[in-house]
Amino acid sequence: MSAPAAFAARWSRLVVAVPYLWLLLFFLTPFAIVLRMAMSDADTALPPYAPHFEGFATLREFISKLDFENFRLLADDALYWDSYLQSLRLAGQTTLIALAIGYPLAYAMAAAPRHWRPVLLVLVVLPFWTSFLIRVYAWIGILRPEGLLDMVLGGLGLTSEPLRLLNTEAAVLIGMVYSYLPFMVLPLYATLEKLDRSLLEAAADLGATPVRAFLTVTLPLSLPGILAGAALVFIPSVGEFVIPDLLGGPDTVMIGKVLWNEFFSNRDWPLASTVAIVLLIVLVLPLALLQRARLA
Amino acid sequence: MRRSSPGSLRRAFQPWNDPNAKPLIEFRGVTKRFGSVTAVSEVSLSLYRREFFALLGPSGCGKTTLMRMLAGFEQPDAGEILLDGVDITAVPPHLRPVNMMFQSYALFPHLSVADNIAYGLKREGLPRAEIARRVAEMLALVKLDGLGKRRPDQLSGGQRQRVALARALAKRPKLLLLDEPMAALDRKLREATQFELMDLQSELGTTFMVVTHDQDEAMTMADRMAVMDHGGLVQIGPPDVIYEAPVNRYVAEFVGDINVLEGKVVAVEGDLVRIETALAGMVELDEEAPALSIGAAVLVGLRPEKIDLSHDEPAQSFNKVAGEIWDIGYLGDVTMIQVMVGGDSGRLIKVALTNRTRRAARPFAWEDRVWLSWDIEAGLVLPR
Amino acid sequence: MKRLGPGLILALVVGFAFLYLPILALVAYSFNASRLVTVWGGFSTHWYGALLSNQPLLDAAWLSLRLAFVSATLATGLGALAALALARHGRFRGRLLFSGMVLAPLVMPEVITGLSLLLLFVAVDVERGFWTVTIAHATFSLGFACIVVQARLAGFDRSLEEAARDLGATPLVTFWTVTLPLIWPAVAAAWMLAFTLSLDDLVIASFTTGPGATTLPMRLYSAIRLGVSPEINAACTLMIGAVALAVIAASLLLKRGQAVGG
Repeated sequence: MSAPAAFAARWSRLVVAVPYLWLLLFFLTPFAIVLRMAMSDADTALPPYAPHFEGFATLREFISKLDFENFRLLADDALYWDSYLQSLRLAGQTTLIALAIGYPLAYAMAAAPRHWRPVLLVLVVLPFWTSFLIRVYAWIGILRPEGLLDMVLGGLGLTSEPLRLLNTEAAVLIGMVYSYLPFMVLPLYATLEKLDRSLLEAAADLGATPVRAFLTVTLPLSLPGILAGAALVFIPSVGEFVIPDLLGGPDTVMIGKVLWNEFFSNRDWPLASTVAIVLLIVLVLPLALLQRARLA
Repeated sequence: MRRSSPGSLRRAFQPWNDPNAKPLIEFRGVTKRFGSVTAVSEVSLSLYRREFFALLGPSGCGKTTLMRMLAGFEQPDAGEILLDGVDITAVPPHLRPVNMMFQSYALFPHLSVADNIAYGLKREGLPRAEIARRVAEMLALVKLDGLGKRRPDQLSGGQRQRVALARALAKRPKLLLLDEPMAALDRKLREATQFELMDLQSELGTTFMVVTHDQDEAMTMADRMAVMDHGGLVQIGPPDVIYEAPVNRYVAEFVGDINVLEGKVVAVEGDLVRIETALAGMVELDEEAPALSIGAAVLVGLRPEKIDLSHDEPAQSFNKVAGEIWDIGYLGDVTMIQVMVGGDSGRLIKVALTNRTRRAARPFAWEDRVWLSWDIEAGLVLPR
Repeated sequence: MKRLGPGLILALVVGFAFLYLPILALVAYSFNASRLVTVWGGFSTHWYGALLSNQPLLDAAWLSLRLAFVSATLATGLGALAALALARHGRFRGRLLFSGMVLAPLVMPEVITGLSLLLLFVAVDVERGFWTVTIAHATFSLGFACIVVQARLAGFDRSLEEAARDLGATPLVTFWTVTLPLIWPAVAAAWMLAFTLSLDDLVIASFTTGPGATTLPMRLYSAIRLGVSPEINAACTLMIGAVALAVIAASLLLKRGQAVGG
């Protein structure tokens, strides 16, 4: 190989190597540590975990200390079961509501005149760029007792006493739908916008009513967008911490919050790691769905 | 620009027939595989200085791969490529005195026309004044004076093609590669551009190699052309030789239209060959030094424009067959007539008639019973 | 193009009202003279003044900006390299693992990313603060930056790079004179995305920070937990304004880039 060609090869190896090493160090290694931690025992010492890894001589001993005790603990405690189930249920409900609001919105955007579409797109994305905390905070002001919502409804004479929505599951749902709605609208819009309008004309030409054409043509063809949007809303919702913490009540125990509390309040790092691993396992199915939607 | 290459001079330019001529480019047993697919297999080919060479073939035949190996974008798996007798197989693209005009033109969208043309000159480290001079020279050469400050997206398709050409020629390469140069132009522009390209080539004296799937383009422009199929070269030669003396059925059918009849050699007398065909009886044809044995199964090829059509039976006793007109396609300059020969389940033979007058009544109509006939100089023999 | 029917217009109005009314209410109340959220006490910029004298909040904002700047630069550099590796270097050893690692943080719950990085920092026993948060943010926004640049590279006519090579440019010169100028809008957009992500993050920063490095979202979070106040409204309004400006700038950049890049 000539000198310049060798240089080119070195350069291209560098392009791969730098981000690769970074990710090995700051993504894969931490992940391995979590996995190991999940199988360790809690200890009062700081950092609060055991065992330590001290060279290969103690490897056997090290491995023998790993166990699934934390996983058993998780399985036995109703609190964890409840929190996983509640997380999944709330994430599922969030996804459905976001779909119900997002589909008509995306459909209308895709049907809007061509020169309007980029503007509408920016309008959907814009709130997503403002701070997550701010968006949640805005809802506290609206939902809290004697907040904006009570004021408006009371002023209209629709309600006589405060709704007390803040710190309920409903508030968590509203917050999550609000925060993740763009994730639903964007993939839906992308598939609906690509949809060939002449397909609907063909359906009409062949005798389908508009509703029938929608159900038999538009809906099946936008299924990849629905799947992608659903996965994109569902996945972050399951592990959400900030929204249930700020908008939820004492009975809202989502898994992200449990992890946070195990870690920061109870300082049980191994158990927090176990909760994290199980959370990831729970997310495997929707992730696989997302992957399929992307391929479709 | 004056046409500087009258036909007689062109005909005299035949370095490939000169045993002492040294080739500019030489492929020696070049093979390229992509995974399990062999894109180019065992190609040996010589290109000569000042030659206008065309690589012709259907898409996927390996012609683009062959050209990309010459530019240095692909490495051959076997064989070598020589330029002026020096092995350049391992030389990276930016060090080869070979430039390419891309099918997409690949004009840098972020640079002006002048900067596009100057790009290669800047890489050579030429002084600023020299670059400006060369850019102006190139713009004049492709008749784009005054457009140097434009961006590529402010040009028409034809103008973009000229910029791409100027950019590739600016470095005065020993060899210019043109990848489907006319693919993005409409028909009228294409024809004019072909002649301009030929003028430019003979004026500059640069060796051109054009890759195309369009036989008209190859035949119009090239001194020599090579027909490729499945990664190999099937035939190399001047356009008239390729058309009139194709080496096999593939070349005969790929370049131009041809009717093919199966037959058996019954007699060879000097240059005269007699072939018994099932469809058209006895066919007699004149073949230079035929290496055919009696009884050999062969194909007879008949180009549509070399067949005559008449209502009355011709006087000759062979090279004729009766049929019925099934289809008439009026194309303006010619009329393409399909004649069914050998009964309703026989074969359609294509005949091309030149429309020499404007208002004469068309002498032939659908379902006419007609006779096809041809000269002994018309047919050609192809191996079965 | 047919005109939108009333049903679709309703969908647009309801959808956008849902998205924007909460934010508009928040902005409006930042100009409320009264401390009570329920009472409109007249227009006032009082709370913006109060904001300027809130030193801990200002310190946190300054820290967050510096942090976002450094981590976004790191993430964009690494993400662009990763995008080049994925788009340009075909099959290399460990490609599947590589693309998995690049994309995983996109879907990984923040609590897990934060937890795992903290455990690493504890294991190697580094002092936690500005740099640990920076590394954490760079790692999780790397994937986002990579996707933005990769999208641009996917629509990139590779014959442009080949043309540069053909005209005598070495691979490195090709990168500087052709590839980089053409993907530049995407690189800028990726940087802004990474910057915003860093500025926005609460969870990962909470895990990976140490004493003395409290970011703006962390300050806001503890303030919000105490309740609604017009001062937070004012802080939020300023942030919304900054983000809106940045997004408009970014989309203009991308638009210009598309016009140039074709």
